[in-house]
Amino acid sequence: MPDALAPSTPATGEPILRVKDLRRYFAIRGPFNRRLGWIKALDDVSFDLQQGEILGLVGESGCGKSTLGKTLMGIHQPQSGEIVFEGRQIAGLTPAKHREMRRDLQYAYQDPGASLDPRWKIRASLHEPLIIHTKLGEAEREKRVRAIMEAVGLPASHLDLYPHEVSGGQLRRVGLARILTLHPKVVILDEPTSGLDVSVQATVLTLFRELRQMFNLTYVFISHDLAVVRMMCQRVAVMYLGRIVEMGPVEAIFDRPQHPYTRSLLAAIPQIGGARVTKDFWLEGEPPDPGNLPTGCRFRTRCPKAQAKCAEIEPTLERAAGQEAACHFPG
Amino acid sequence: MSAGMTAPDLLTVSDLSLGFRTDAGLARVLDGVNLRLQAGQIMGLVGESGCGKTTLARAVLGILPRHVARIDRGSIRFDGTDLLQADEKILADQVRGRSITFIPQDPFSSFNPVFTIGTQMMEIMRWKSPRRPVGSGSPLFHAYPRARRAADREAVLAMLDAVQLPQPKQILAKYPHEVSGGQRQRLMIAMALLPEPRLVIADEPTTALDVTIQAQILKLLRRLATERNVAVLLTTHDLGTAYEICDGITVMYAGQDVEAAPIDAFFRRPAHPYTNKLLASLPRPDGKVQGIPGEVPNLVRPPMGCRFNPRCDRATDPCRAERPALTAPGPAHAVRCYHPHA
Repeated sequence: MPDALAPSTPATGEPILRVKDLRRYFAIRGPFNRRLGWIKALDDVSFDLQQGEILGLVGESGCGKSTLGKTLMGIHQPQSGEIVFEGRQIAGLTPAKHREMRRDLQYAYQDPGASLDPRWKIRASLHEPLIIHTKLGEAEREKRVRAIMEAVGLPASHLDLYPHEVSGGQLRRVGLARILTLHPKVVILDEPTSGLDVSVQATVLTLFRELRQMFNLTYVFISHDLAVVRMMCQRVAVMYLGRIVEMGPVEAIFDRPQHPYTRSLLAAIPQIGGARVTKDFWLEGEPPDPGNLPTGCRFRTRCPKAQAKCAEIEPTLERAAGQEAACHFPG
Repeated sequence: MSAGMTAPDLLTVSDLSLGFRTDAGLARVLDGVNLRLQAGQIMGLVGESGCGKTTLARAVLGILPRHVARIDRGSIRFDGTDLLQADEKILADQVRGRSITFIPQDPFSSFNPVFTIGTQMMEIMRWKSPRRPVGSGSPLFHAYPRARRAADREAVLAMLDAVQLPQPKQILAKYPHEVSGGQRQRLMIAMALLPEPRLVIADEPTTALDVTIQAQILKLLRRLATERNVAVLLTTHDLGTAYEICDGITVMYAGQDVEAAPIDAFFRRPAHPYTNKLLASLPRPDGKVQGIPGEVPNLVRPPMGCRFNPRCDRATDPCRAERPALTAPGPAHAVRCYHPHA
């Protein structure tokens, strides 16, 4: 491994990122900008991220997983709550202060094709973060860019291509290279394999693992694909309508899910060679309108176990088996 | 239900080859493709992006871009007629949208946002209702008799009930943006079944949906196909989806069909090297996953012989010279490979 790529993170026992009671609401506005209500995209979300781990964030569209990633990055400002990164409170920083943070905390967009300038060669896109964040000279930047291209498995000749000239799987690699040139400590991967064919997805997932070793990275892995999450992550947080409903080690969540929503999510994945999911899939209906949530537990309108208590008291995350679940009747 | 080979085929695609004219030359998108589908069966047409599955589905529907596509050889026989030779007027009046209908991938862009759902469903019934007399002249200024209109509306309401949409009358008065993605896909299924077709072509119908909604939609599609004896040609990139509801599967790679089999036989003993590699690419709980090295070939200058040969670790000289013929490793199981897995 070339010297230019040496990792620079000391190992500590403290969580590298701590999120506490994070809240991000979006106003629903009607005529004359009158506020009609709130969409609670993140409602009191708390978790710790340990140095070197891969935390999976799963849930269906609209559950708030991407909002969480963007709020961590400072793209959205939280209404309340704490984000502590390496002991520093970073929620509510000014944009200029946030820019400094972004060297250490990076966000990989879902579609790297859309985040690269189509009129720039890949070389220019890879130099840009180094120009913004470092004082390196052009020759040194080029050295770093070439080293990073090698690390993500792309030939240096690709630096002279435009984004439309490379394939989807290679674009993901370019997107990763662009992020990693700054040697971040934590990378938030937002749906990193959506839209890729499985054969390409497999090679990209392998790359994520290699890079993590190489650069001593910590990942937040946002995905709706549970099979991928199971394979990649050590811990998983399951989100439903802005809340974490279950969180714990990946084996515990997948082998002994405690929350009925987690169980329905797992039951919906086709298992090749196993029983047909569609024969007896029990979850009915669709998530309620996020602007008009049910009282109490948000899942109760679709939950087969729901009782009177569920409509009155909103459950919080409690220890259940090897993980935490927000349910009055876990198991 | 194992692909009853005694029943006559509803759809037989034989040796279909076609290309698209591009600036770089003729892209050979389909190269001698074969496919068979019996009435009431669901056939999964599986492959990765660019393998030609959507092109094949569109060729069956007869909606290829006319000035770009060039059909070189082959036939598409539907219910005894070759759709490639048939009169365009008859196709438009009796086949397309009537005995063969379509469920699109994206239910969001397939509705017109400025008309209510009811208007759009009745529009279909006006021209494609099973009660409309066949060959009733030009669609321009065509009368829509009141009695048929009432019967058609009843059929629409019954269909909304069949796809398990609550409060059918209210839904008809809504605009497309007022219903959720899952409901829109249910509406698409309803619209595809209203003309009482014999074949529905479903192009990645659950790709845009969440996994729990996908399970509901697949369950619905399977039930309706069986109840109404409708055959479904389901294109998908997801082997899991195919496993869930299909009776048979045809795998394509770079414009060639490589393997076809009844669903259980296929997953028990996949024979083609590409199929095996595709299955090995699926993420597994133990963390082992293997991609397929290399890239999908350029279709303007495709490799000779079997198009998978540059990425195949079993490839030998014959693979690079001539495309293998179909061989049968099991009943109703067909594979095109000189070196299939046992």
